Amino acid sequence: MPTRRRAVLILAALLLLALASFWAALAAGSIPIAAADVLAAVLGQDAPGADIVRQLRLPRALAGFACGGLLALAGALMQVLLRNPLADPYILGISGGAGVGALFAIMVGLPVLGIDGLAFTGALGAMLLVFGLAHGDGSWTQTRLLLTGVIVAAGCGALISLMLAIAPEDRLRGMLFWLTGDLGQAASPWPPTLALAVALVLAMPFARELNLLARGLLQAQALGVAVNRLRFAIFLLASLATAASVTTAGSIGFIGLVVPHLVRLVSGNDQRLLLPASALAGGALLMLADTLARTLIAPQQLPVGVLTALIGVPAFLFLLSRQPR
Amino acid sequence: MSPPLLSARKLRVDIGGRCVVRSLDLDVADGRRIAVLGRNGAGKSTLLATLAGLRPPVGGSVLLGGDDAATLRPREAARRRAWLGQAQADPFGSTVLETALTGRHPHLGRWDWESRHDARIARDALAAVGLAGLEARQVHTLSGGERQRLAIATLLTQAPPLYLLDEPLAHLDLNHQMATLELFSGAARQCGAGIVMVLHDPALAHRYCDQALLLHGDGRTELGSVDAVLTGERLHELYGYPLRQFDDGGHRCFLPA
Repeated sequence: MPTRRRAVLILAALLLLALASFWAALAAGSIPIAAADVLAAVLGQDAPGADIVRQLRLPRALAGFACGGLLALAGALMQVLLRNPLADPYILGISGGAGVGALFAIMVGLPVLGIDGLAFTGALGAMLLVFGLAHGDGSWTQTRLLLTGVIVAAGCGALISLMLAIAPEDRLRGMLFWLTGDLGQAASPWPPTLALAVALVLAMPFARELNLLARGLLQAQALGVAVNRLRFAIFLLASLATAASVTTAGSIGFIGLVVPHLVRLVSGNDQRLLLPASALAGGALLMLADTLARTLIAPQQLPVGVLTALIGVPAFLFLLSRQPR
Repeated sequence: MSPPLLSARKLRVDIGGRCVVRSLDLDVADGRRIAVLGRNGAGKSTLLATLAGLRPPVGGSVLLGGDDAATLRPREAARRRAWLGQAQADPFGSTVLETALTGRHPHLGRWDWESRHDARIARDALAAVGLAGLEARQVHTLSGGERQRLAIATLLTQAPPLYLLDEPLAHLDLNHQMATLELFSGAARQCGAGIVMVLHDPALAHRYCDQALLLHGDGRTELGSVDAVLTGERLHELYGYPLRQFDDGGHRCFLPA
């Protein structure tokens, strides 16, 4: 049983980690900026490189934190909703729907706002489609939900392949970057940041009920959880969180699946700790990965989705091998 | 006078469109123990889930402590009855103590964390089912019988006035079967708890219950005192296999003929 004190300690440690990644994201780049100047720039004072920090790196770091947090939170929620450790935020077709919208917008040459708008529309469309089909006969079982989501995702995947095949050459690079996920395309960091704050505030009051839901639907209901209402709310919340992240930065892989597991290995499976800890760890990891993506072979930029996988996979395997069985 | 812990009025239960209980009237008063017997697929589990308010009845009504289970809020229902289901795997790991503590959920506020008091209740419940010392073990390392006892400990942690037990003896060895039946009989005697349990052994049902409910699986039900209902003749009809009945100083046992 994690005590409240232990939870606070773990969250404080993760907060420090997030701050360290934040500082690295602001300081590192093709023009390195000293720590004192970064601090001055964030506080709004005049310093060498203040404009770079404030106008380029700060919004990007913030967007990275918000998207990482949203994905990890959505992943943790999906894993409970489907009672399946292999679930991730994209498993129910949200990113597929967003991808269809975004790639269509890029293919026909819409501006950034058009891409974001169509991506969000596509995500909502996929969400409603999955919900409508899975809920059709009122049974709303995990298997039915999962199968419907996987099929909708597969359909979206086919449409994406089709568009990649017929798109003009000069648009292909942009489409591929969107698909692997790229924070450079983030228009504004504030919508995902706001979405992360709202999602956490909405999810936390139900954290203990989620603990019971993970153990089985009837058991949870017998212990006093309004199961159907809760599952519907979690489905909506996780889908909207995923949509907010995917709209901002494309479908960055891996964070949503692995960060909740990383946190679980350290802190156990109590959602009261797992949800905020996942949000912090996901945000920190994505900021760090994006900083590396910008700097490793600068001036060329790598898609951040590649980096999240390259950092996360060994870290995950290491923790897994240390886990006593 | 307080209302009975559980009442069913003209209750009808269907499984997949087939009627298994046509019209059941049942009252469970303080300290009463009822055994439910029937063949596989006769609707015992479905009836129990309906009595717990986990499934809506097809017809009639279920009252928990005098209030209709259909309109009772889940949290309030969880303070009035506990339900032991057939075991399900937990896809994420958790420890024995964490699992037992889930029984405290209906007693805690939205922002509360389990207190020392709750932990003591859970430890006492684990000790009562013989799992003391295993608090830190991962649940998936337990045997089937140990998991069943952990599920029973979680029910004791929930501490309701009414227990609805679906095959409480599943996976248990002989001494733990007797210990479990003694445990719930003790709760009925000392705390006035009401017990409804699905049993497969008519001799144990006769020894540890006051009333027996036979489900024939075609909608017919028989409810009465164990002495009247649990006879070789009626059980022969219930199970479709001849049974010989032996009476020995208040105890009754049955042998396949």
